[in-house]
Amino acid sequence: MMQNSQVNFDSLITSNRVHGSLYSDEALFREELEKIWFRTWVYVGHESEAPNPNDFVMKSIGPQPIIMVRNKDGELRLLQNRCPHRGNQVCVKNSGNAKMFTCPYHSWTFSNSGELIGYAFPDGYAGHPDADKTKLGLARVPRVASYRGFVFGSMAEEGPSLEEHLGGAAETLDRLCETSPEGEIEITAGFLQHKTQSNWKFLVENETDGYHPAFVHASIFNVADSGIGGLYGAESTALARDYGNGHTENDLRPEFRKFDEPLRWFGTDETRLPDYVSKMNAAYGEKRAREIMVDGTPHVMIYPNLFIAEIQLFVIQPTAVNQTIQHVTALQFKGAPDLNRRMRQQTMGSVGPAGFLLADDSEMYERTQRGVESRDPEWLFLGRGEQRETRDENGFRVSHTTDETPSRGIWRHYKSLMEA
Amino acid sequence: MATVAVSSETSQEVQKTTDLSLYHQVSQFLFEEARLQDDHEYDDWEALWTDDAIYWIPANGADIDPENKMSIIYDNRSRIGLRVRQLNSGKRFSQEPRSSICRTVSNIEVRELDNGEIEARTNAMIFESNLRGEQLWSTRNTFLLRREGDSFKMTKKIVVLTNNDKAIYTLAFLI
Repeated sequence: MMQNSQVNFDSLITSNRVHGSLYSDEALFREELEKIWFRTWVYVGHESEAPNPNDFVMKSIGPQPIIMVRNKDGELRLLQNRCPHRGNQVCVKNSGNAKMFTCPYHSWTFSNSGELIGYAFPDGYAGHPDADKTKLGLARVPRVASYRGFVFGSMAEEGPSLEEHLGGAAETLDRLCETSPEGEIEITAGFLQHKTQSNWKFLVENETDGYHPAFVHASIFNVADSGIGGLYGAESTALARDYGNGHTENDLRPEFRKFDEPLRWFGTDETRLPDYVSKMNAAYGEKRAREIMVDGTPHVMIYPNLFIAEIQLFVIQPTAVNQTIQHVTALQFKGAPDLNRRMRQQTMGSVGPAGFLLADDSEMYERTQRGVESRDPEWLFLGRGEQRETRDENGFRVSHTTDETPSRGIWRHYKSLMEA
Repeated sequence: MATVAVSSETSQEVQKTTDLSLYHQVSQFLFEEARLQDDHEYDDWEALWTDDAIYWIPANGADIDPENKMSIIYDNRSRIGLRVRQLNSGKRFSQEPRSSICRTVSNIEVRELDNGEIEARTNAMIFESNLRGEQLWSTRNTFLLRREGDSFKMTKKIVVLTNNDKAIYTLAFLI
């Protein structure tokens, strides 16, 4: 473990300004790994990615690979991909089904719960006081918890529960799952991996920055006759919300309720997805189903790395102070094949390295990274809308959707984690 | 149809053309397509496609089912048009300024299919220079071409990036 830095965060973060070095200082990045990525709850994967006993899928926590595996008893485990013998990686496949992992170097073999089953030529360890098999298993991520199928891991033995961490933002995941006629989402379409030469915090902040779409994405809004632009215009009734604990949202429901048209959020209408509509009516009753289909899915950033963008799921992975990978896939709703097909098509158009939206977001991340490495002015100004911020009925900070309430909330939480 | 049997990587028998005139015409078409991409001649490039075209860049291998799994690009003809209109908007920031590109197309194999279409396989190495820096892209490509007057149109182009199972930088130029 590393020592606390001598950094005084009061001198780098105020209520509406942050210092540019926060995005480019390598020592600070290493400290973030310890205090955020290897301590707090981090999203790892979805239960549907390892549905059967012995299924595994390679995931990550921060820069590190993590094996998410369902053992023979059906329990999900998060294992570190490092042989306790001499450190070799025990698994180099992205996914599969395996009852055990055998290290190729000296043939140490582990169950998919992580226990050491056996080592080769065991006579060399017979009677050795430190060769206790029960202490030489694969390291497990100490805390694993799941909410509505979303699996999180924390490398700290103790700390707030996942429910405490999610706080008010848990409701956004409920809202997402409710848009499925069976109340569950699935992750089955495979991921695109989009690399960007930028600090991870620029991505986290951008996900709920409602100020940029009108400019960065004008090229596609204009040529595609998209309704998204209006959601983030000056006249929009949509809200930016800070749930605390770093979780933030662009709440688009006020705009969709104004139009009161089912599936407008998805750029379509009920006549185009009749199977989905009838299943929703059967599942929730026509009145509630209609409300759900008017409101649509959330646009929420669960700190520090899970972004639900209406129809997509992003996982943000920091790999260096100035390099981040965006893993992205289409959300799939259990029991809704007609909706899912359209989800995949729209996702492939929008996101990933060639996406109509994300290629340009990533261009902004990289230019901003280079920008903050210039000396002056040393600070970024995040004050937009601070003077018109209010509290919603649950006490969360809200403001106009183009306001920088989310960024300020993210930095407030970051400061508390880094000072801890 | 003049052909000679050769063994492909999947050990299927493929009938490569021995018609040097056809091989030359197809090669010239492929070089033209490459040049239009390198030069960012978006409208002329779009005109090379048939109305039922598919432009496919798979992710995570070459043999995924694009109807069920995520691809980097899986454009039908209308989405190819949208892609070109976005590039032409002047506000596609990931291509403003445009990347400088130079590609080499090689390993051209041509065969005539029973339905009259022509399949061409190529390899390409593409050097890109943009605001971020320099980037090398490597691809294996499959084209399906239809005769159109004394030239061809593309009805399908599949671009398999050598590293499509890994995280890659933004790919906003025409590949």
